[in-house]
Amino acid sequence: MKLVRHLLRTPGFLVGAGLLVLTLALAFLPPLLMSLDAYRRVGLAYLPPTSEHWLGTDHLGIDMVALLVAGLRSSLYVGFLAGIIATTLGTLIGVYGGYKGGLIDDLLTACTNLFLVIPSLIVLILLSGSLQEGRSLTLIGVFIGCTTWTWTARAVRAQASSLRSRDHVALARINGYGTLGIVFLHILPYLLSYLFMVFILQTASGILSESVISMLGLGPYDSISLGNLLNQAIRNEALSDGAWWAFFPPMVLITVIAFALYVINTSMEGIFNPRLRK
Amino acid sequence: MFANHPTLRYIAGRAGWYVLTFFVAVAINFWLPRLGDANPVDTLMSRVSGSMDAKSARDKEESYLKEFGLVDLDAQGQIVRDAAGVPVRTSILSQFLRYVGMSFRGDFGSSIVQHPRPVLDIITTALPWTLALQIPALILGWFIGNSLGALAAYRRGVFDRVLYPMALLVSAIPSFCFGILLVYLFGIQLEWLPTLGGYDDGMNPGFTWTFIQSASQYYILPFFSIFLLVVGGQAIGMRSMCIYELGTDYVRYAKLLGVRESLIVRYMFRNAMLPQLTGLALTLGGMVGGALIAEMIFSYPGLGLSMLTAIQSLDYPVITGCTLLVTTCVLVANFTVDILIGFLDPRIRAAREGGH
Repeated sequence: MKLVRHLLRTPGFLVGAGLLVLTLALAFLPPLLMSLDAYRRVGLAYLPPTSEHWLGTDHLGIDMVALLVAGLRSSLYVGFLAGIIATTLGTLIGVYGGYKGGLIDDLLTACTNLFLVIPSLIVLILLSGSLQEGRSLTLIGVFIGCTTWTWTARAVRAQASSLRSRDHVALARINGYGTLGIVFLHILPYLLSYLFMVFILQTASGILSESVISMLGLGPYDSISLGNLLNQAIRNEALSDGAWWAFFPPMVLITVIAFALYVINTSMEGIFNPRLRK
Repeated sequence: MFANHPTLRYIAGRAGWYVLTFFVAVAINFWLPRLGDANPVDTLMSRVSGSMDAKSARDKEESYLKEFGLVDLDAQGQIVRDAAGVPVRTSILSQFLRYVGMSFRGDFGSSIVQHPRPVLDIITTALPWTLALQIPALILGWFIGNSLGALAAYRRGVFDRVLYPMALLVSAIPSFCFGILLVYLFGIQLEWLPTLGGYDDGMNPGFTWTFIQSASQYYILPFFSIFLLVVGGQAIGMRSMCIYELGTDYVRYAKLLGVRESLIVRYMFRNAMLPQLTGLALTLGGMVGGALIAEMIFSYPGLGLSMLTAIQSLDYPVITGCTLLVTTCVLVANFTVDILIGFLDPRIRAAREGGH
């Protein structure tokens, strides 16, 4: 509780959380306040911003505000999905290996190190490239989560193996707790603050990964995401037409979400890690 | 054999590990594209078969099947057929073994779209551009980023308060956005620099003065789009490493002893450098990805552009050739850093030499 109060007095955290709340509001409030249709053409291609269409239209003449709101929601969804999957996978593998030790640990560590050096973007390109149709938003999120768990596993393993020799874990073992009981009741609680920070970083990197993959033209087929919007804008000559409203706002949104999450992460690190506290 | 040579044993151990990793990478490269149901022969046939009669279409298809190693061959190199005369398809496992053998010989097959141009030819034409663009940007960015990060950590105060949020913001911008912004600002709005391609139209690449002049103009924007990103990322990492080192006992002790400040900084820098060196190799994978996209945005004639065209036209041999090459480069970089760290880090050195 003291930590939370401390956190609420850190300017960095407040800036980050404020920005995050702002993007969440941008994603979920506008549809309640006005009618937005991300599939209806409202005018000519690349109309500049007007009082009626605040950010103009895209290459098909669809209102950019409607597209951005839909894209923002998809990007947040992919990011959180990838973050949850990567954090869960990495934590389970890391904690189990770190606590168990021995052969299982060696195998899991070898596996982690192996996938750590194979560039995840390459795996992502091959995966998304091989599935032409049926590349849904959810599937992309799952792919991203499944390719970025490695460094979480490595970091969590290091922490879990240092907790292993602590007295309270030894006591729990004497009291007859099984592996699962010890892992969930006596090791994971100690890692919670760390895991939360990992989740935030994984979410940010998930959002960035989705935009990269979509930018390559391997994004989801079934939804509008911020990366898809950028890909469409670049492909349809928004740059040479000077239609800055078609590519600048998606970039700003991606950057703002990622920046907000990074700032939250570093300010939490400053609170939870006494060495960084000044 | 290595019992009396701890250093050799260490290198051999690491090398063995990376060979294993390479095998897994090759396997991923083979299996992932085959998850979908796209088949190179079908793609090629749909391209050429339009004007053919049934007989010559079948002959053509069989020659493609043979070329891509999809059918069994007998000792004379003839296609093995079943009772109905239909070619017998090779099992996926022997296809895989053939692929592994070919990869080790550097033979990536031939492109589908630019058939029959070999993938290796496409890669060797594109690779010099990528290397010339990325290596200077990565190395220069790494040095400048680390110096700025160390400075920010050591000075803290105003310098850190301005520089650090800036670096954080820079690292939150998706890699390709820099490219887009640079193209828009300096290429299209201000018209200072050319943005698309690697040299003026109609020129032949070669070591002539006019060509180098033209190429260097096209070089500036892609270079900065990669360079700035590396500086941002490295500065952040180095700053937190240095802050960590500043709080350690040896730094406090040295300060209490009244050791010269420049000496403390040197000690600190050396300690903070090690993880940054590992980080260089580990993030190389991600940077390669970011830089590939930079090439796409600038239509720079490197590996990234070849890969993008291949992805858009489903040219699988080219895609897997490029991805295998990138993976191999990342593995080699990691291996080099591993060996370097083994020599630079006294803890690893001691563990190795005390081990026998």
